[in-house]
Amino acid sequence: MSQAIHVPTMAEMLAKGETPEVLFWVGCSGSFDDRAKKITKAIAKILTHAGVKFAVLGAEESCTGDPAKRAGNEFLYQMQAMQNIMVLNGYEIKNIVTGCPHCFNIMKNEYPELGGNYEVQHHTQFINQLIKDGRLQVKDGEIFKGKRITFHDPCYLGRGNDVYEAPRSVLQQLDAELVEMRRCKKQGLCCGAGGAQMFKEAEPGNKEVNIERTEEALEVKPNVIATGCPFCNTMMTDGVKNFEKEGSVEVKDIAELIAEAADLL
Amino acid sequence: MLEQIAFALVFIAGVSLFALRIKAIRRNILLGRDDDRSDNSSARWKTMALVALGQSKMVVRPVAGIMHILIYLGFVIINIEVLEIIIDGVTGHHRIFAGIGGLYDFLIGSFEILALGVLVSCVVFLARRNMLRIKRFHSAEMTKWPKSDANIILIVEILLMFAFLSMNACDALLQGALVQAQAEGAEISEKLSHYAQAGSFPISQFLNPLYEGLSVSGLIMMERFMWWFHIVGILGFLVYVPYSKHFHIFLAFPNTYYSNLNPKGGFNNMEAVTKEVQLMMDPSADPYAAPDPNAAPPAKFGAKDANDLTWKQLMDSYSCTECGRCTSQCPANQTGKLLSPRKIMMDTRDRIEEIGKNMDKNKGTFQDDGKTLLGDYISEEELWACTSCNACVEACPVNIDPLGIIVDLRRYLIMEESKSPESITAMFNNIENNGAPWAFPASDRGKWTEEMNEA
Ligand code: SF4
Ligand code: SF4
Ligand code: SF4
Ligand code: SF4
Repeated sequence: MSQAIHVPTMAEMLAKGETPEVLFWVGCSGSFDDRAKKITKAIAKILTHAGVKFAVLGAEESCTGDPAKRAGNEFLYQMQAMQNIMVLNGYEIKNIVTGCPHCFNIMKNEYPELGGNYEVQHHTQFINQLIKDGRLQVKDGEIFKGKRITFHDPCYLGRGNDVYEAPRSVLQQLDAELVEMRRCKKQGLCCGAGGAQMFKEAEPGNKEVNIERTEEALEVKPNVIATGCPFCNTMMTDGVKNFEKEGSVEVKDIAELIAEAADLL
Repeated sequence: MLEQIAFALVFIAGVSLFALRIKAIRRNILLGRDDDRSDNSSARWKTMALVALGQSKMVVRPVAGIMHILIYLGFVIINIEVLEIIIDGVTGHHRIFAGIGGLYDFLIGSFEILALGVLVSCVVFLARRNMLRIKRFHSAEMTKWPKSDANIILIVEILLMFAFLSMNACDALLQGALVQAQAEGAEISEKLSHYAQAGSFPISQFLNPLYEGLSVSGLIMMERFMWWFHIVGILGFLVYVPYSKHFHIFLAFPNTYYSNLNPKGGFNNMEAVTKEVQLMMDPSADPYAAPDPNAAPPAKFGAKDANDLTWKQLMDSYSCTECGRCTSQCPANQTGKLLSPRKIMMDTRDRIEEIGKNMDKNKGTFQDDGKTLLGDYISEEELWACTSCNACVEACPVNIDPLGIIVDLRRYLIMEESKSPESITAMFNNIENNGAPWAFPASDRGKWTEEMNEA
């Protein structure tokens, strides 16, 4: 990419009197975590490349409240939600694309009751649409030729919202072989991060959930474990390291794979 | 006549005991909090038809699923036979539906084939449950009673099916004896005259050798014995079922009808919290205003005991078949954590039963027994192991939602008792102060945009 990319904030857009086609809701992980930031950048590059007019909230974005709500802290969740809804409604946002299935789920299913009504899409759905509409071409640079990719369903995208096909259909753009794990789609096994587990030690047991899941992923001998959630990504990356397979198995978000194939990185 | 009176008494007793028990369960379920599930009836009927009637979620495991459907079909269809037995019992007729001719032969024939299917499935299930070490049938919460409950019902079903087929075998032999007596012009007793030609017996004919040696009166006694055994067994079953996990044969229907129709990832909104948060965030609200004296006392946030749950959650607990499909899919349970969604459901049912019994003893009002669902039945360790992944909800063949109960108990822990693992408290503080679950300054949120053009 030769051209420098500028990602505008909503405040900038408003100052110029413009409205975006879609708001890119980055999420905390995508904003602060070094690994997840790479996913965020890949999404931003794809959007720019496809000519989507988008903006972010920048410092005006705040945690959606997902980890608080799943942990049982409804007060904190609703305070976060109302604050975010005030900002979003202030900018008259209609369409949102998120980089995280937890943000996607909560804004799509739980914000409406608090007055936040938006058309919310997960980034894999949005990218899938861009491809279908012919706005995004993934030229097969053959970098994935002969590679095996397995997709780990994020539970908040899959079981939580019955989105199974969009991420797979995006992956089919790649010149790779898509292999399914023993437990996938409806039966997919969680990576262990949900329900606020990400922020605490696991309870006593005989195994970590992410190890169990990584083991299953490694059974299908993939070159790449594809993810659609920054938390899943962390968990699977740690799992792969645990098996000392980081030399041969990559853990990448679907957005990164697409950006790579389209030669955007 | 005596036989008819005896039958009527047994029948009334069975049905009344059943009705009393249903009344008690209904009362217990209604101890739960309100939850409006009256919307969208067409989608609800559809869910019920698919999941309860069509058993769509059972066949995810095909072998067990198909055998379960056999038992279920057998159970439903053989009830037509039971209707005949009841009418016969009260009126003193024998095979009152025989008048419908060829159709009757067909019906009896198909009942027999189904009975065989049920018999075989039950034997297989019994063997599978006790001889194969299937993990989900032997986990911690499968203590003595849940295990014998499953075995009792399977053995009773096997005996009932055997009695049904034996009854038919004796009947067929008697029908033959009657024809022969008529042909020989021999004297025909009043009792024997009952056994006119009716029905077809594709399966029970193979039992004939067992009973062929009996005299006509011996056969009549045997036929009567099997008839009584069968019907008393069925009435016994009727009374037993609502005390057991087998109550799902009834509750599966309302329970799937009232299932959650929203995407599983969405949790319910707590209205009571919304009101308070709105007040807090409203700059024009007077923080020192006197509370409205007419306002209802605030209910507690979340659930501490079984009756803090909603009626639907309590209905879930009575619908649970203890099959363990949820637990076998649970990531926490699979990695050796204490949490088992099946145990969550069994604990909830046991506790609401206990509350109900307490009320019965104390003229209808609950006397504090110093116990609660949270703590005495379900521990904090179990609650905190949940990843909220919805695998249990997806796996449940009757659309039970253990996750909802887990979340309501967590809500109580956090909002009423401020009890959480230390790192969770830290996460709350971070969100409150920085708008993110980690201690990063909110102003850094857009930093990545500046790094966009770095390699
Ligand atoms: S849900 Fe997750 S990524 Fe989304 S805002 Fe909250 S913590 Fe951040
Ligand atoms: S982090 Fe775990 S709970 Fe969240 S979507 Fe990924 S797999 Fe599911
Ligand atoms: S939602 Fe919780 S209880 Fe249910 S399967 Fe997932 S981790 Fe287990
Ligand atoms: S909750 Fe559902 S899946 Fe779990 S044991 Fe009960 S019936 Fe089976």
